[in-house]
Amino acid sequence: MGRIEWAMWANEQALASGLILLAGGIVAVAGQFKKWEFAAYAVAAGVFICLLEYPRGRRKKGSTLERCGQRFMTPVVKLFGPLTRNYYVRAVLHAALAVPGGWLLSTVLGTVCLGIASLIYLVAAICGEEWQPIEAKPQEKPRIAETIKRPPENPPPRPPPEVRKKAADEGAVSGAYDNPFPVVE
Amino acid sequence: MGNWFINEGPSVFVILVWLAINAYLFVNAYLFYNEGIRFHYSRQIYGEALAWARAPAACLNFNCMLILLPVCRNLLSFLRGSSVCCGRNIRRQLDRNLTFHKMVAWMIALHTTIHTAAHLFNVERCVDARAEANGTIQAVLSDLEDKEGETYLNFVRSKVQNPTGGLNVAFTFLAGLTGVVITLALILIITSSTETIRRSYFEVFWFTHHLFIVFFIGLVIHGVGLIVRGQTEKSLGEHNITLCTDFTLWGRNSTCPKPQFAGNAPVTWKWVLGPMILYVLERLLRFWRSNQKVVVTKVVTHPFKTYEIQMKKKGFKMEVGQYIFVQCPAVSHLEWHPFTLTSAPEEDYFSIHIRIVGDWTEGLFKACGCDKTEFQEAWKLPKIAVDGPFGTASEDVFSYEVAVLVGAGIGVTPFASILKSVWYKYCSNVDTLRLKKIYFYWLCRDTHAFEWFADLLQSVETQLQERNNADFLSYNIYLTGWDESQATHFTVHHDQEKDVITGLKQKTLYGRPNWENEFKNIASAHPSSRVGVFLCGPESLAETLSKQSIGNSSADPRGVHFIFNKENF
Repeated sequence: MGRIEWAMWANEQALASGLILLAGGIVAVAGQFKKWEFAAYAVAAGVFICLLEYPRGRRKKGSTLERCGQRFMTPVVKLFGPLTRNYYVRAVLHAALAVPGGWLLSTVLGTVCLGIASLIYLVAAICGEEWQPIEAKPQEKPRIAETIKRPPENPPPRPPPEVRKKAADEGAVSGAYDNPFPVVE
Repeated sequence: MGNWFINEGPSVFVILVWLAINAYLFVNAYLFYNEGIRFHYSRQIYGEALAWARAPAACLNFNCMLILLPVCRNLLSFLRGSSVCCGRNIRRQLDRNLTFHKMVAWMIALHTTIHTAAHLFNVERCVDARAEANGTIQAVLSDLEDKEGETYLNFVRSKVQNPTGGLNVAFTFLAGLTGVVITLALILIITSSTETIRRSYFEVFWFTHHLFIVFFIGLVIHGVGLIVRGQTEKSLGEHNITLCTDFTLWGRNSTCPKPQFAGNAPVTWKWVLGPMILYVLERLLRFWRSNQKVVVTKVVTHPFKTYEIQMKKKGFKMEVGQYIFVQCPAVSHLEWHPFTLTSAPEEDYFSIHIRIVGDWTEGLFKACGCDKTEFQEAWKLPKIAVDGPFGTASEDVFSYEVAVLVGAGIGVTPFASILKSVWYKYCSNVDTLRLKKIYFYWLCRDTHAFEWFADLLQSVETQLQERNNADFLSYNIYLTGWDESQATHFTVHHDQEKDVITGLKQKTLYGRPNWENEFKNIASAHPSSRVGVFLCGPESLAETLSKQSIGNSSADPRGVHFIFNKENF
């Protein structure tokens, strides 16, 4: 199991907070509640948080499950460099984004959730975690091509495998058989 | 289709019933609040949002009652044991408990969303009606109980305007505060139980999930404030709403006295009390179980980072294909890990095979002293707690004349127990055993997984040879993935008597089995038999086998018949 990477939970929590803020904002705007201007802000903030948090960071150890379609967003988030990489920045950003939502009942739940997300991010930052993009691994080239290029250097009859293995261990390059013709690639 | 219905039908039925009950409760509560005469005046203030808040509340009661039941694994085990008469298809539904738990959880999330959104409207309207309305019916209704002899309808008493008034409701009323707290608890529980967190950081998931205690306490007291109110029966008799439409005359004449209101009695506790008690009992039972003495009789290290623990416990009864939860205080006080039992019921001990894949398995490995080379004294072995066994027994194997067992990758573990049990049954009494022949297929992507199970197969193989019954079990092992260096290794050792990977007499085959041929061969070898096909593996393989089972069964009722069973281990 290993060490807990708090940022993973913070990410889930922040994404949920973004959605809750958005939902609360939509309710207040749709109902034209008093001071719905705050709710309009909450809609914008919610969308922004969702966009920011949608691409999951890479785990330090093991593989990371990508969110569906996040590969299109990862490069955008990566573009901001230290701003999106550093979790202290995220903790402060979320704390700041949360505050205006606190003036309206509809968005207060989103505010509290985002506050909690900010706290978890703070823990993650203190533990020295950083956001790392999940990027596609460079695809391995098919290995068949290599083997075709290189003809066998040691023509048959070959010695039994035990001997061959032993010879390789001892560092004897020549082996049991000396090839009279040099092999040219 | 027939197979699909047998395997999935009951699940679908359970889900449909559950959805239907949800729909019924929703519609029923909605109509009750939206058309009921008692709530005529309530609707003047709340509008339709009243019904939209109450309908999901009714469903929440129901789903919160259900949510605890699937995680009472001892209760499920008890039900499974006591419902033998109901048949295994019913019993097997009990094995899908966690899927159901998740579905109920999402339903709770959905209803919470609707409930909360509707109450946002309600609070806004109540505060507006109290603080701002003037000369309207809302204002008159909100002012009730300002004078003596009246009972209030609008629970908001202060005249602070929105949005501050709304925030006051959320943080000074019991219903508001508990609502905020339990919704937060629910959100934290959900965000910490996503796949990534649950699989990678189990502790976070496990501890956060205990917010359910806060959730249930909050849930029960959420409605105690009685702030959703309706007109009383007595008042309905005195004050006819169809005659008293002119609210300015209320209380001025005897035909229309001021309407009286009362709150609804809280009902949530009636729904959730039972499951809460059951769950407390469940936890007590687990605690008691963890204090029961389990004797580790033997620890065997197998090649490729696998070890086997043999244990004994008083009163432990198992069936083939079941699993247990294991906890080791020396490694972690909180973590319980499930393992498939690999011993047969006929054996006087029970065993599990553990592969070292993480911290816990490695910790247990060290605690058992497996990393030391010398022999370990029995008293030095760590204390282990066991909960279980759980899961459905796969005893159907014994009811066929011929059984085809197909295991893929790690899905082979339940078959260890089955094969051993078959072996014991075979040894003790050949004549009464209906099963005459077992075909065992094992598909594996890499060589690692072969190692420990091959050990077991080897022992069965030698035992069978000693008894000259080597043809009782025919097994085929398929390696479906390899690299170049392995390939050369295989070719070099091809002529040796024992297999290079498994060390068995039976040679490992490479690539995937040609199921068409395999089924044809089995069909021709056993005409007019019932052949049970058992799979523990991925869905795509299940489809293939299901098709083959149907395709190769003969139309003649006396001919060969393949019956496909997908196990849900």
